[in-house]
Amino acid sequence: MTDETQDRQPSAAESPQPEAVPAAQAAPVKPAAKRPAKVADEEISRRGFFSWAAVAWVGFSAAMGGCMTAFGRFMYPNVLYEPPTSFKVGIPDDYPAGVVDDRFKESNGVWVINDEGRLYALIAICTHLGCPPAWLEAQNKFKCPCHGSGYYKSGINFEGPTPRPLERARIFVDPSDGQIVVDKAQKYQWELGQWTDPSSFITLA
Amino acid sequence: MDALKGFINFLAYPQWSFTLSLVGFAAIFWSKRLWSKTGGWLMLMAGTLFFGLSLLDPNFRKIVSKADNVPIVMMVFILGFFVWLSMNKAINNDRRLDSGEPTFEKSEVEDKVFTWPDLVFSEFICMVVLTVVLVVWSIALQAPLEEPANTSVAPNPSKAPWYFLGLQEMLVYFDPWMAGVVLPGLIVVGLMALPYLDTNPKGNGYYTFKERKAEILAFMFGFLVLWTELIVIGTFLRGPNWNFFGPYEFWDFNKIEPLVNVDLSELIWIKLFGYGLPGHWLPREIFGILLLGGYFFALPVLIAKRGIGKSWYEKMGPARYYIGISLMLTMMLLPLKMYCRWMFNLKYFVHIQEFFFNI
Repeated sequence: MTDETQDRQPSAAESPQPEAVPAAQAAPVKPAAKRPAKVADEEISRRGFFSWAAVAWVGFSAAMGGCMTAFGRFMYPNVLYEPPTSFKVGIPDDYPAGVVDDRFKESNGVWVINDEGRLYALIAICTHLGCPPAWLEAQNKFKCPCHGSGYYKSGINFEGPTPRPLERARIFVDPSDGQIVVDKAQKYQWELGQWTDPSSFITLA
Repeated sequence: MDALKGFINFLAYPQWSFTLSLVGFAAIFWSKRLWSKTGGWLMLMAGTLFFGLSLLDPNFRKIVSKADNVPIVMMVFILGFFVWLSMNKAINNDRRLDSGEPTFEKSEVEDKVFTWPDLVFSEFICMVVLTVVLVVWSIALQAPLEEPANTSVAPNPSKAPWYFLGLQEMLVYFDPWMAGVVLPGLIVVGLMALPYLDTNPKGNGYYTFKERKAEILAFMFGFLVLWTELIVIGTFLRGPNWNFFGPYEFWDFNKIEPLVNVDLSELIWIKLFGYGLPGHWLPREIFGILLLGGYFFALPVLIAKRGIGKSWYEKMGPARYYIGISLMLTMMLLPLKMYCRWMFNLKYFVHIQEFFFNI
């Protein structure tokens, strides 16, 4: 302990001195540094310098602009491996009463369900943390494999941690060919009272 | 044998295994004999025996030998060893301190140790061993690769990387906003705040338990019970549909587990009062809000009034005490919520879906 403190004291006393020396010497050195710059000035005229600088800046900006454009373009993939949000799922007669149709879950992420005289499309994204739930036919419920949230056939949540029901997608019959169109871009949430919206279901005769 | 397996499966269910681990946690830090060399050997042998005998069961073997899960088995044993090692050193030091001797660290090392060879040589050995382990591991266990990702299909069960399984288990009991943002954020903030909250200078440079009991117990509870145990549960005991499965139970995709959950508001307004739910969220959730308000704002004041809480308050001062106790109570919210789920199927204390406020 005592050795360390003795070592430290002299070094602390010395430290101001090395700083003082260069400060005193710095003043005479300064004029010498200016000389080489003058030689360079004579080889290129003022006008010529500015025109070259302009060319350089334009070139630099164009290159940066090109890079940024390419970078921005990179954000939009050439091919999007996503199905369209709006698609046709056959005619209403394809859906027998009380059945949850699992055919479009893997390709388009929706279930089309005929329940109590209405046809509706549930979006297969768990409202807890966004995993895709699975339809369990034997237990008559949707069950999420990530945290165990469960939903009835209607999409209402009843078990697990999920705070709200599944969302429904816009569904309507295309008058030109009688096919059902599901539009996932338009969503209907139960807790906002949107499931009564006539475009969130098809009334079956 | 089947009866024994059935009993262990039953005990593994979270309400029982979590209770048992609370009792076990209290027991291992209560007894000093467990941290002796004999106690350590006994624990190691008991663990190895349990694991070895369990390997005879095909369901257990299948889960434990999954390429994803092998490191978790290693982790359990390694973690056990290091907890035992540090506690063994701490208990030995406590005995030395009681009899007035210098601590083990002080008697072993006079003043300082050299980087070379003391540190660098150990590091070199570690490097060689680790390289060998990683090479053998990468040859022996195939990487668990799956089919190309599809946003509308998830493996069942869908598991996070092992180090996030504690968080995933937490998400079973809480809203994602709470278990995914607030609580993990508070874990990080709380760990950063620890050096400022804990001003006890004891245990600096040596292992000790009796001089830092509250600090060690609080940390170990969060680390061993609320973090590691939840990782182990999430890894080995969560099966298809995120249902719970005992260690010897077959992972049946059609297992039916009734988990209908209700909110505190429904329990009080409908079950207790026999009345419908009020339309507006404030009267509907007022009991939950009062409960949580009391828990977070009245309870710290009450704890500071008497008993051990009073001594904490006097030792830490108001600012440190209130920050520390708030972090502590937030941590304890997890086991409390878990028990409420297991006992009353409680979904949320406060469930205001009008503006996504669910606790």
